[in-house]
Amino acid sequence: MSKPHGGTLVNRILTGKKKDRLLEEAEEMKSLQLNSELRKDAMNISTGVYSPLDGFMVKEDFENVLEHSRLSSDIAWTLPIVIDIPEKEDYNVGEEIILKDENGESFGLMEVEDIYKFDKKDMAEKIYGTDDLDHPGVRKTMGMGDYLLGGEIYQLKENSTPFEKYHLKPMETRILFKEKGWRTIVGFQTRNVPHLGHEYVQKTALTFVDGIFINPIIGKKKKGDYLDEVILDAYDTLMDNYYLKDRAVMSILEAEMRYAGPKEAIFHAIMRKNFGCTHFIVGRDHAGVGDYYGPYAAQEIFDKFPDLDITPVFFKSFTYCEKCGGAVDGFICPHDDKHRENFSGTKMRKMFKEGKIPPAHMMRPEVAKRVVDKEQKFVE
Amino acid sequence: MSSKKYTTVSIPKPLAKKIKKRMDGTGFNSISSYVTYVLRQVISSIEEEEKQKESFSEEDEEKVKERLRALGYLD
Repeated sequence: MSKPHGGTLVNRILTGKKKDRLLEEAEEMKSLQLNSELRKDAMNISTGVYSPLDGFMVKEDFENVLEHSRLSSDIAWTLPIVIDIPEKEDYNVGEEIILKDENGESFGLMEVEDIYKFDKKDMAEKIYGTDDLDHPGVRKTMGMGDYLLGGEIYQLKENSTPFEKYHLKPMETRILFKEKGWRTIVGFQTRNVPHLGHEYVQKTALTFVDGIFINPIIGKKKKGDYLDEVILDAYDTLMDNYYLKDRAVMSILEAEMRYAGPKEAIFHAIMRKNFGCTHFIVGRDHAGVGDYYGPYAAQEIFDKFPDLDITPVFFKSFTYCEKCGGAVDGFICPHDDKHRENFSGTKMRKMFKEGKIPPAHMMRPEVAKRVVDKEQKFVE
Repeated sequence: MSSKKYTTVSIPKPLAKKIKKRMDGTGFNSISSYVTYVLRQVISSIEEEEKQKESFSEEDEEKVKERLRALGYLD
């Protein structure tokens, strides 16, 4: 199993008397209300998903990440994890503030270490490689408050999720993998209903490791994306029918898709390393949107991080070949394009929207039925 | 916005020559970037050896296993 990124699994979950006292005092303390995406970042920091981060980034780390894709400690890290605020005057360096969720419930504590101004356009260009406002990440960055608040945090209350059954912290997956006797684990990131191409990729990787960790991202998505519960139910059905129980585990990752392409691929690998994965599958245009990134840019970037300590497993695009009778890629199938059919997510979505079931050579019938039976399937 | 944070390290000239020769065809465009790459690999492997085996308290581990069993992840 991989060591946590930076060497130690961060645990910022307060327990006992200190937690009780802070929750009692919370109403009297200065507070900051976070939106659901920032609240998820806070939870991921406190449960170790973002190890070695123990808080939101101070200026030194923020600038190092933008300039060098590394924290000030030289540990690889590609995306800024920051809290933005509109006015500097509201908070002071050195004070403790209560973090509240989108419903106004206190859930965390932050020790304010740094308040700093930042250049939004510069941040967007360095993270997304563009300042085009059509890019969802750029648009979000340009809409942020003018200041960033950095400092260590503690969690006072557990995150409630409608998907409790699938919610495992890194400490839990590590114990689970150990109990299963897995030494090598491949992580698979997804935000889609599985078709046979996905299954081909997962099972090909599974041939070389002890177990697969299927880790769908749950959170804010684009219009037209599959709803979270549709993805989870579809995977449940696939795993029940076509996977060995002792070789596959699914749990959710509550995080925002940033669509930062290559830099997000590194970030995704780091998170899976913290869950205990030794390998991570990176496909074509991983975490991409539109045509902002080259089709394999998210694979090429791994060359720049020799010390990442998780092995990326690269896949090219794959298709169904009627002559081979299964999913193939250009390295294993000698047949012409006329015998091949793309696993087109767009086409399958369209079929579901029309109440139709994709053919069995594209998607397992049990999975397709589970999806088509859902009244609401997509983010509107 | 921020100044780049680099420092200068001196290495013997014969070693620099050897590195330059070895760099050919690797895609590195300077001795500095090649040396940075190699040092990161070396330090990473040393740190890996130094890290102690990960451990959780028995009590924590038992609580986690109970939850994993309740959720159906473990028999």
